[in-house]
Amino acid sequence: MIMSFIVAFVVGGLICVVGQLLFDVANLTPGHTLSLLVVVGAVLDGFGLYEPLIDFAGAGATVPITSFGNSLVHGALQEAERHGLIGVITGIFEVTSSGISAAILFGFIASLVFRSKGRP
Amino acid sequence: MDQKTYTQLEQKMTPKVPLAGNLIRAFLVGGLICAIGQAIMYFYMYFFDFTEKTAGNPTVATLIFIAMLLTGFGKYKKIAQFAGAGSAVPVTGFGNAMISAAIEHRTEGYVLGVGGNMFKLAGSVIVFGVFSAFVVALIKTILVKLGVIGW
Amino acid sequence: MVARGILNFPSRPSIRAAAVAAGPLEKKKSIFGPLFDKLHDSELCGEDTNEKAHSRLIEDACGLALEKAGAMPADADFLLCGDLVNEMTPSNFAAANLHLPYIGLFSACATSVSSLAVAALLTESGASRLALAGSASHHNSIERQFRYPIEYGFQKGPTAQWTVTAAGFAAVTQNEPGYPEIRRATIGRSVDYGLTDPLNMGAAMAPAAFDTLSRHLFGTNSVPGDYDAIITGDLGSVGSSLFRQMAKEEGLEVRRSKWRDAGEEFYGDDPSFFAGASGAGCSAAVYFSDVFQKMLAGEYRRVLLIATGALLSPLSFQQGESIPCTAHAVELSMSGGGQS
Repeated sequence: MIMSFIVAFVVGGLICVVGQLLFDVANLTPGHTLSLLVVVGAVLDGFGLYEPLIDFAGAGATVPITSFGNSLVHGALQEAERHGLIGVITGIFEVTSSGISAAILFGFIASLVFRSKGRP
Repeated sequence: MDQKTYTQLEQKMTPKVPLAGNLIRAFLVGGLICAIGQAIMYFYMYFFDFTEKTAGNPTVATLIFIAMLLTGFGKYKKIAQFAGAGSAVPVTGFGNAMISAAIEHRTEGYVLGVGGNMFKLAGSVIVFGVFSAFVVALIKTILVKLGVIGW
Repeated sequence: MVARGILNFPSRPSIRAAAVAAGPLEKKKSIFGPLFDKLHDSELCGEDTNEKAHSRLIEDACGLALEKAGAMPADADFLLCGDLVNEMTPSNFAAANLHLPYIGLFSACATSVSSLAVAALLTESGASRLALAGSASHHNSIERQFRYPIEYGFQKGPTAQWTVTAAGFAAVTQNEPGYPEIRRATIGRSVDYGLTDPLNMGAAMAPAAFDTLSRHLFGTNSVPGDYDAIITGDLGSVGSSLFRQMAKEEGLEVRRSKWRDAGEEFYGDDPSFFAGASGAGCSAAVYFSDVFQKMLAGEYRRVLLIATGALLSPLSFQQGESIPCTAHAVELSMSGGGQS
């Protein structure tokens, strides 16, 4: 079990290092970087490479934003397998909604409760 | 001084980002957030009957809840200054993007402000995620239908 | 070189009084804090929104400047003011409360000086006996518009600058002995050297500052040594180094103690502010407290103030454009001294 923590730590850390390189070397904005990483996750799942990564690294692969791309492709492919080509569109949000739902929900709650403070 | 000479001078004199330090910090904090995610997954698996496959969902929601607290109390931006991509790449970064926008635009009301601006920063992630998923799934489905590959 | 954009004020309008209002961070962390006239304990300055707080700072500084000039709002002829929020909303609303003939000015962070120049012109023409000139910025309202929501986590690099929450205003009158006089001004050009990074404003603005400095020196037939201080607005540590280097390479005499920058000095050596302070209120706060008081005390007899501004917008950034910048200069002298 300890091993699973270490692997999650290392793999997750490495994905973040890729992100940092995109920030500092490629000079991409956070928006560009995260969008790119999501696309990378989607493409990797297209090649069937992301699921094995999740089996290997657990949270190290499910926590980074790349897993969002993976989930979207998964949903689309599951539906396509069942219902043919139309499933590619209808299935996209099947598997993943917890991240977006949580962000919307907690975002709204936060706006009720918190204020921003300009501190360095 | 002409533009070309100035550009060279500027490249020389502008301090560079501490790349090595940034990479190490991104690795450490990003890894730590993922390790915490792993712990949360085990928590849900042992106490709430989730399986390894299904524990991902409540884990992500929990991480975003934590991001809300850190964002609301003004701590997330301090972590982000230290960690860079280490805090932006994990799903907590996505949560922070939406939550900070929601908090910020409360002064414009809940409908136009909070509702209308919440996706300001995180919207592109969703748009490109959906679009790339569509393209990838489309290509793969067509290839399967043509018998080139299996599911 | 043709001397372009130089204004002379033979009637020598005076800065009769000046006042600065600032926010809690400036109260705590700015080395000029003790010199400011009004310091608020909350970023909201007792208002509901950051933009209203921004207006409040303007009204505070204007009111205090008038009070120090021994005048009332009803005595003032014009309000020259500007800020960086869309459509200069805070200035517009402050003007509504001040009820003065109002010219809104946009020179980004160079507005402190452009407003002084216009006030001097109005005074010179005889249209104004007392004009309020200045500018303001509020960290929260500017950051969310130009960059990101305040609580958004992004990593700033060593060239980033912090927008100050402050307003500085001067009461410009017809000549009165014993007060700093506005002798000449040079209007900046919009200078674009192709820089694109909105988190490195200093490097983008330095060429504009140098262009204005060169034209001012040439047009007024003066040299750096004629001034007790040459103070730029908010080039920050990075922009100032570039500015001074450009000057040295042009053969100008650069004495580090005389060539100051309000942004570089504003928060002292505190590393959490990276390259220093910026904002329309940055130059105004320093010019209308530290510099003004040093002139009255006799420490400075003749100074050149060069406020710098970056003329980008969130839209221009998204459209992938570079950052054109400007710098306006005004020359102040203590009455009775200096030059012809």
